[in-house]
Amino acid sequence: MFATLQDRLEATFKRLRGKGRLTDDDIDTSAREIRIALLEADVALPVVRAFIAQLKERARGSAVHQALNPAEQVIKIVNEELIEILGGDTRRLRFAKNPPTVIMLAGLQGAGKTTLAGKLGLWLKGQGHQPLLVAADLQRPNAVEQLQVVGQRAGVAVFAPEPGSGVGDPVDVARRSIEHARSKLYDVVIVDTAGRLGIDAEMMQQAADIRDAVSPDEILFVVDAMIGQDAVTTAESFRDGVGFDGVVLSKLDGDARGGAALSVRHVTGRPVMFASNGEKLDEFDVFHPDRMASRILGM
Amino acid sequence: LSRDRIDEDTWEEIEDSLLSADVGVGPTQELVERLRTRVRVEGVASPDQAREILRSELLHLVGTDLDRSVHADRTATNPAVVLVVGVNGTGKTTTCGKLARVLVAEDKDVILGAADTFRAAAVAQLATWGERVGVPTVRGPEGGDPASVAFDAVKAGVEQESDVVIVDTAGRLHTKTGLMDELGKVKRVIEKQAPVSEVLLVIDATTGQNGLTQARVFAEVVDVTGIVLTKLDSTAKGGIIIAVQRELGVPVKLVGLGEGADDLAPFAPEEFVDALLAD
Ligand SMILES: Nc1nc2c(ncn2[C@@H]2O[C@H](COP(=O)(O)OP(=O)(O)OP(=O)(O)O)[C@@H](O)[C@H]2O)c(=O)[nH]1
Ligand SMILES: Nc1nc2c(ncn2[C@@H]2O[C@H](COP(=O)(O)OP(=O)(O)OP(=O)(O)O)[C@@H](O)[C@H]2O)c(=O)[nH]1
Ligand SMILES: [K+]
Ligand SMILES: [Mg+2]
Ligand SMILES: [Mg+2]
Repeated sequence: MFATLQDRLEATFKRLRGKGRLTDDDIDTSAREIRIALLEADVALPVVRAFIAQLKERARGSAVHQALNPAEQVIKIVNEELIEILGGDTRRLRFAKNPPTVIMLAGLQGAGKTTLAGKLGLWLKGQGHQPLLVAADLQRPNAVEQLQVVGQRAGVAVFAPEPGSGVGDPVDVARRSIEHARSKLYDVVIVDTAGRLGIDAEMMQQAADIRDAVSPDEILFVVDAMIGQDAVTTAESFRDGVGFDGVVLSKLDGDARGGAALSVRHVTGRPVMFASNGEKLDEFDVFHPDRMASRILGM
Repeated sequence: LSRDRIDEDTWEEIEDSLLSADVGVGPTQELVERLRTRVRVEGVASPDQAREILRSELLHLVGTDLDRSVHADRTATNPAVVLVVGVNGTGKTTTCGKLARVLVAEDKDVILGAADTFRAAAVAQLATWGERVGVPTVRGPEGGDPASVAFDAVKAGVEQESDVVIVDTAGRLHTKTGLMDELGKVKRVIEKQAPVSEVLLVIDATTGQNGLTQARVFAEVVDVTGIVLTKLDSTAKGGIIIAVQRELGVPVKLVGLGEGADDLAPFAPEEFVDALLAD
């Protein structure tokens, strides 16, 4: 539906074919095109601004590439910059020296946390771990049953001592899950939490209390790939309210460009670690910055 | 917009506030162009006045005289049927529960149909909502055929002479043709029992530009008649619905303002526009 960036740049640079170098005019024109491409990909405005400034600086300072035409030179710089931001220090899950390793999931309502708990459980089980899923969303109707079904489908144990749907204390459940894991020798604990808004101070405090009760080795912020400009505000409030170590992008099986990946990474400095790309429990992968860069630009 | 003269910074601020609200590049540029023209032609000098014109242009775009009522009145022979659709996790099931609450308060007999037979515990979730607002939920076997559950729910509505049957469906991405075909079938099968009065597409206010693509495809498959904009209690502004309304010619009818049973409200254009322009 959107013209791809390549199509856009193609038009912009038609008249420049054969020339060897980028003039300031060329750079400004292409910077405008790329700005639009990034905004249509839902990259957040402040991030677009910083990105374009960086792009212009590099394009102006770049040595003349005889082998590349101006469009190709710009695309090369854009791609490198995107991968740099998205990739940076991509890393694997950190496991605790003394098990259990604790992974806490947090994010907005409906982002994909509970599904991710099942996916992580299945994935870790496949690597020889004994994961335990913890039902600490006691708010959303039947979130506990949902996690139980997901655990069953993944063939992974679920700690669900409270019925939920408004009954039970999530902080207490989270705390008890660690003792339970120790005594039953589960080596990874995955804590599912209720969806919450960044501006909901009470619920943010609850997330912080759950965190303090389980001392997670990893807090993963789950974000829907379809999110728009709110990505920055939300990521900042989760960073400040509970803190997180890594990002999981969900629903990448759709056709959203996923500019949120860039925005969240850029604003918080936290790496995108996993990509969730389907409702089934095996539709899950480690994150590939290079694929994401092409996707954001529609190439 | 605190300056006393309109300069390039003013225009940039205006553009930024629209883009940050997910209004989208195309609509934003159009709006700013119209505004520039009006400012020139009408000889407007102050940024405050420009902002006032922007507000009225936005309000005009959003529309203040559309029919935003939810069609939920039974006919002589049939209950009204409301089909609720959308991508994953937008708030469909919650909206079914909240809408049932509103209709019950209007003294209507409501039945819920649990046609999400796919997602873990989706049926239980809807049934909990049913209990919460005091209406029955028609359910089928787990992993069963969603169209037949929908059919059964509407059939129950016809037989029991209910006022409204609200059918919840599984979340599905518009890119999945198999699942979109399944949704088309759910609607066709319902129509063997009774006409569908209202197809509500649920869009999450945090959604970015993908919302327009979602709306296009759902409208093609099930002929959407109204939009529900959920999670408007978040920091997101939901500006994508401007493009959605314009392209589909379908109004936003309801907004979701929280997770509670009473957190559903009629869409109020002025409130929406004011929130969109607020920092
Ligand atoms: N297509 C697709 N759907 C997904 C993906 N991940 C999750 N979902 C679906 O998105 C919806 C919400 O997922 P949940 O796992 O319930 O999200 P949550 O964050 O736990 O939601 P709350 O607990 O209500 O905050 C469900 O329909 C899931 O099946 C994904 O990667 N792709
Ligand atoms: N803050 C807020 N949360 C909402 C609103 N509407 C729904 N939610 C929450 O969003 C999450 C998803 O809601 P559901 O009703 O399960 O969404 P769904 O579209 O049925 O999801 P799937 O069936 O999995 O596709 C739940 O945690 C709800 O409590 C709203 O208006 N505001
Ligand atoms: K809002
Ligand atoms: Mg959940
Ligand atoms: Mg649902």
